[in-house]
Amino acid sequence: MTDQAAPSYPATWKRLPLIKNPTLRWGIILGAAIYLATALGTMEINWSRVAEGLPRGERFLAAFFPPNFADNRGVVWDGIQESIWMALISTVAGIIMSIPIGLGAARNLAPRWVYLFNRAIIAGSRTFPEVILAIFAVKLFGFGPFAGFIALSIGTIGFYAKLLAEDIENMSEEQAEAVKATGASWFQWINYAIQPQVMPRMIGLSVYRLDINFRESAVVGIVGGGGIGATLNTAFDRYEFDTAAAILLVIIAIVMALEYLSSYLRKWVQ
Amino acid sequence: MPMIETKDGPVWRRRTTRHEFTVWFCWLIGVAIVMYAWHLVSEKTVWFFVQDAGRQAADIGARMFPPKISYMDQLWWPIWDTINIATLGTVIALVIAVPVAFAAARNTTPHVLVRACALFVIVSSRSVNSLIWALMLVFIFGPGVLAGTLAIGLRSIGFCAKLLYEAIEEIDQNQVEAIEATGATRAQQILYGIVPQVLPTFAGVGVFRWDINIRESTILGLVGAGGIGLQLNGSINTLAWTQVSMILLVILATVIVSEWVSAKVRHAII
Repeated sequence: MTDQAAPSYPATWKRLPLIKNPTLRWGIILGAAIYLATALGTMEINWSRVAEGLPRGERFLAAFFPPNFADNRGVVWDGIQESIWMALISTVAGIIMSIPIGLGAARNLAPRWVYLFNRAIIAGSRTFPEVILAIFAVKLFGFGPFAGFIALSIGTIGFYAKLLAEDIENMSEEQAEAVKATGASWFQWINYAIQPQVMPRMIGLSVYRLDINFRESAVVGIVGGGGIGATLNTAFDRYEFDTAAAILLVIIAIVMALEYLSSYLRKWVQ
Repeated sequence: MPMIETKDGPVWRRRTTRHEFTVWFCWLIGVAIVMYAWHLVSEKTVWFFVQDAGRQAADIGARMFPPKISYMDQLWWPIWDTINIATLGTVIALVIAVPVAFAAARNTTPHVLVRACALFVIVSSRSVNSLIWALMLVFIFGPGVLAGTLAIGLRSIGFCAKLLYEAIEEIDQNQVEAIEATGATRAQQILYGIVPQVLPTFAGVGVFRWDINIRESTILGLVGAGGIGLQLNGSINTLAWTQVSMILLVILATVIVSEWVSAKVRHAII
């Protein structure tokens, strides 16, 4: 197309490069190549250990066919139950705490210092992964599901309050003004103007967070926070791969069920 | 519109009596379930430790201050490892996620059965947390960066493939038809009709996942899969609290920087 002076049409066509500036393009490619080479070069891989481990990996894969649900059924069932209850109450507690924090972190509702204070709480609880929170919760509250509950609740605040605040900031102002014009008190204003606008999305998100909390509850157990993670860790430590496979399959099944439930609920709410 | 009759005429209400009763009943069931879950969790809690938590927190807090700055000398290498785990893991995930996404999208999948398999890969990769992937891989490949990188990669496949296949399903079909009309083969249609449309999403998803992976790779060391988590675990186990606070500060800084980078890159792409 660029070659206008040519007497005949060009017979071949090449795709335009993604980045127009050739120096920048080759610079990025070269930089990426150097980074990859250094990163791979500094990775210390113990190949003899890998060779030693591969049969173990085979044994682990073989354990999935069939997984052993029978031998440790009681323990697995207890762990799953504990995880589910832990995920449930930490979601509920996290959401209850998120509501005031989310309201305070919405720019159009709160005065500036309240806004900054609540945003700081959200940023703080979002920075550290649930597992690190769980390590400290275990140190403070002792082993068991209570520590997991605390860690997951704090994680829920960072997630839920942030999305709630963003949703409130994006709401339509007209409805809020209309309700305010009727002389509604602050609580009535929140209840009749803001809550109905954010509710559908928030219900979907709470089921999604329940799903995340269940998945995370499988992990906080590894550091002593109770739930199925503790059972899974024990199964690995005792080289009971067939039980570990069974636990993993149960986790996958529950997560799939929760995902299905949350998409169904979201459709129903909207 | 539901009304309630009073001496002074009808008064507006939000719900009919029947509707109100249903809502109330749902709340009752919900609260009962949560109370039951709370009961189960509290049974497994040693309340003495919980009462003691405030004092413990003050104690640990005092021990963590001031952070041991000189420990930084030993942290540069683990940070480099952590960043490599996240970056290489993301690269691995993207390389595998692309074919999986094309197999999972309704408009590009070769067969319904292939689609089902691809969806299963996505779900199972997503439901198992990276820490659990790491736990398994450490058994196979031995402790170290390799296990961590593969764990991050395996965990991210599902995430990247899911977002990517949703983008592929939402493309503008007209462009593909136009390419098809020129007599292009199926592969050429994908390359020239679909790929340019999903490329921005692809890059956005990659950067977004990289940001998440930085956060996740900080904790993989807890199960021995390399990165700064190894130092964190070691410091906590030896009760070196000033080192712990230093590591937490470093993690905080890494997360903030990675979030900033990813926001900048995403802004530049979209």
